[in-house]
Amino acid sequence: MEHLTNKDFTSDQEVRWCPGCGDYTILRAMQKALPQLEKKKEDFVFISGIGCSSRFPYYMNTYGFHTIHGRAPAFATGVKLANPNLSVWQITGDGDALAIGGNHFIHALRRNIDINILLFNNEIYGLTKGQFSPTSKKGIKTKSNPHGTTDEPFSVSDLSIGAQGSFFARAVDTNPKLMQQLFIEAEDHRGTSLIEILQNCVIFNDKTFASITAKEVKQDAQLFLEDGKPMIFGAESNKGIVLNGFKLEAVKIGENGITEKDILVHDAKEEDPTLHTMLARMRPPEFPAALGIIRKVSRPTFNSGMLAQLEYEKQNAKFKTVDELLKSGETWEVGG
Amino acid sequence: MEKTTKVVDLEKVVIKFAGDSGDGMQLTGTQFTDTSALLGNDLATFPDFPAEIRAPQGTVAGVSGFQIHIGRIDINTPGDIADVLVAMNPAALKANKNWIKKGGTIIVNIDSFTNKDLEKAGYKTSPLDDNSFEGFNIIQAPITKLTREALKDSGLDGKSIGRSKNMFALGIVYWMFNRPMEQTEKFLQNKFAKKPELVAANIKVMHAGYNFADTIEALPSSYTVLSANLKAGTYRNVMGNQAIAWGFLAAAERANKELFLGSYPITPASDILHELAKHKNLGVKTFQAEDEIAGICAAIGASFTGSLAITTTSGPGFALKAEALGLAVMTELPIVVVDVQRGGPSTGLPTKTEQSDLMQALYGRNGESPIIVLASSTPANCFDWAYMASKITLEHNTPVVLLSDGYLGNGAEPWRIKSIQDMPSIKPLLAMEGEEYQPYARGKKTLARKLALPGTKGLEHRLGGLEKEDITGNVSYDPENHEKMSHIRAEKIRRIAELIPEQEVFGEKQGDVLVVGWGGTHGSLYSAVDNLQKEGESISLCQFNYINPLPKNTADILNNYKTIVVCELNSGQFVNYLRINFQGTIFNQYNKIQGFPFTTSELESHFKSLLKK
Repeated sequence: MEHLTNKDFTSDQEVRWCPGCGDYTILRAMQKALPQLEKKKEDFVFISGIGCSSRFPYYMNTYGFHTIHGRAPAFATGVKLANPNLSVWQITGDGDALAIGGNHFIHALRRNIDINILLFNNEIYGLTKGQFSPTSKKGIKTKSNPHGTTDEPFSVSDLSIGAQGSFFARAVDTNPKLMQQLFIEAEDHRGTSLIEILQNCVIFNDKTFASITAKEVKQDAQLFLEDGKPMIFGAESNKGIVLNGFKLEAVKIGENGITEKDILVHDAKEEDPTLHTMLARMRPPEFPAALGIIRKVSRPTFNSGMLAQLEYEKQNAKFKTVDELLKSGETWEVGG
Repeated sequence: MEKTTKVVDLEKVVIKFAGDSGDGMQLTGTQFTDTSALLGNDLATFPDFPAEIRAPQGTVAGVSGFQIHIGRIDINTPGDIADVLVAMNPAALKANKNWIKKGGTIIVNIDSFTNKDLEKAGYKTSPLDDNSFEGFNIIQAPITKLTREALKDSGLDGKSIGRSKNMFALGIVYWMFNRPMEQTEKFLQNKFAKKPELVAANIKVMHAGYNFADTIEALPSSYTVLSANLKAGTYRNVMGNQAIAWGFLAAAERANKELFLGSYPITPASDILHELAKHKNLGVKTFQAEDEIAGICAAIGASFTGSLAITTTSGPGFALKAEALGLAVMTELPIVVVDVQRGGPSTGLPTKTEQSDLMQALYGRNGESPIIVLASSTPANCFDWAYMASKITLEHNTPVVLLSDGYLGNGAEPWRIKSIQDMPSIKPLLAMEGEEYQPYARGKKTLARKLALPGTKGLEHRLGGLEKEDITGNVSYDPENHEKMSHIRAEKIRRIAELIPEQEVFGEKQGDVLVVGWGGTHGSLYSAVDNLQKEGESISLCQFNYINPLPKNTADILNNYKTIVVCELNSGQFVNYLRINFQGTIFNQYNKIQGFPFTTSELESHFKSLLKK
């Protein structure tokens, strides 16, 4: 295989996001991750809907399709079904995926079509200039609700798990290494791989994730989940997560008789989604936010199921050509 | 079986089976159709059923009908009114009382003329007891009772016995028209292969009906309709929706493309999805999406990836697909959208036919968004138009709308089977590895751009809904470029007129009256014009299948007649389209918006009034 670098994946188009936008680091992480995959450049396809994040395909030197608002999962499904050999990436935002495109989003997850979805969650509408989104914190004041929102936000992880998503991971735009690693893991997973990226919008919702990503707090506010490893976090690696009754609790090792043995060990492959749901819901100040692969379970993909049926029918059907079909059933001759 | 009664030879006959929507009338009608087709009759059928799966039992709203017109002459419509009506209950009689020929034969299931059923149908007393049907030949057949009697030792439960009474009615009609029962027996053996007791029961009841008709003296004679003088070849019966599905299969095989259907169930288009879903063996991928929008979007995704991509719908679904169709216009990707039209607006009349989505097809998108529009005009030629839609979309890389309608989709007629080798070749317009690729560079003659499929080395590029720069396809907000691209998109569609055949006219090339129609009205317009021509009238028919662009000789045709009348099942969409395109020409219009096709007789009487002027 030809050796590729990040430059091979950089298109000639000028990147037009606002200076300081979190999207830049995501783009660079992607351009660095793809050469690490055993895949030809022409076999990558980036599909997006509408929104700031959806300009992403224009900046990738791959096949790309900037489609219409909310519908990217449907386009991506068509691409993958038509050519299952392609590596299909859907780039979306919280408005595109969860408001106008909510229906397609949950159905892609339910079917487990083998695509990767990167959901840039900045909890705001950027491209339309600052209206609240389905993930905006309740009460936030925006142009479209100057007195504060009264609607409850969606939790991306709850939606994913509720729709039977087989892969859910979370990253922050300030950690390119983690993003690269997760992009590679997502491509490696067979099924719909959803990565929620907590992404800062410097213009309309600056610092909305500061309680998780700010330098001063991040070590105590982020828990990197690793399969088979204890859930330990903190600047001094002395904090952990335990299960107390039916609830999670953040504890300090060495206090109240807690030892490392009491700390939960992450099992991303556990079928039962209860613990994954609780972990994904954790938020500062009570808890650190969970990052990394939260859930990764094995489930047949939609595309492999369809292909298997097609192959079976091709082998076993009565006729192999359209002419044979047209002449099948009741026919009669009219003499000349 | 030997017959003692007189057999009368008929040129053509119209039969209608009507009953409750659970009475199996569609199946009964289809069986009579298949048997008649195998005997070599020309025919046309018209199923007419309520939108509800089981509308309130016994009511007029719940009546399901199946009309069939068979002949030894050329048959182009399912017939205006029935010569023979089978009415399984009072509601079926009431619903069809104005659609039966004066003096015609009515076979009623007299067991259903109870007080309760009469009341449900809105009758205070039985219409058979007063003079409501004076002059008709009413056959009062105790269908329910005799079906029960025939099956009393079958061991079947009451419900199963009740369900086979449609076979009794079919048996009566088979006797009346001298039809053999073997075809239906074979059908029953296949249908109930795993339930031999049902095969035996249904066959027994059908024979009981046949023998009942042979025995009673109420039927003075039986009739025969000899085989029609059809062009030599192998024939089969085909329904419009089925023919559309097959046309796409044929096009995909001929173009060496995989067929991809993204669709969402909607009446009356779902049968295309059902038909294609059966043929995975031919490599077709059918995707039942979460909604209409996802249906077309998945198809566009598959088109971008190299499939022959189609989506099938009816009016309300077509409205939902509009934005995505605009994306296909902007990205110049091939896709065929099939709209099997029904009555509108909104949910409208889901099971009734109409031609009211023409303007939606032509103009129903944001921005200036020109598109190819074709219309099929008979159940059988749905095959050819699905094929042509595929050919044009793949060779020009531009979306095509194919308009069918509920009448064509559910109607059936004999079809002389074609081989895909009889069809014109299809050459998809693709860029190949190693060539210099500019996504929006164009062929000089057609202005069509080439597609580069994902997976092709070195041709990576980005498409999208933002305005494209000429040649490069990069995003462009340049005002002059936008105007240029708008003109290119329009001109690309106009130039297709140079490649399509000239419009034909049925009848003299000049004269008093030119009847203009489009799409699914062909059968009734043709029959009316044909009848008047035979009476010596100066009248011709011009039925359009190419709607946008119109054939280039259209103006020449229109200028050769004193009076032009444009007939359509809407309030005047095509006539207004013609008025835009041919300013100065005077168009009369004749419209119907009742959810039903034109009758030949109403057309004839209107045309006569125009001819008198």
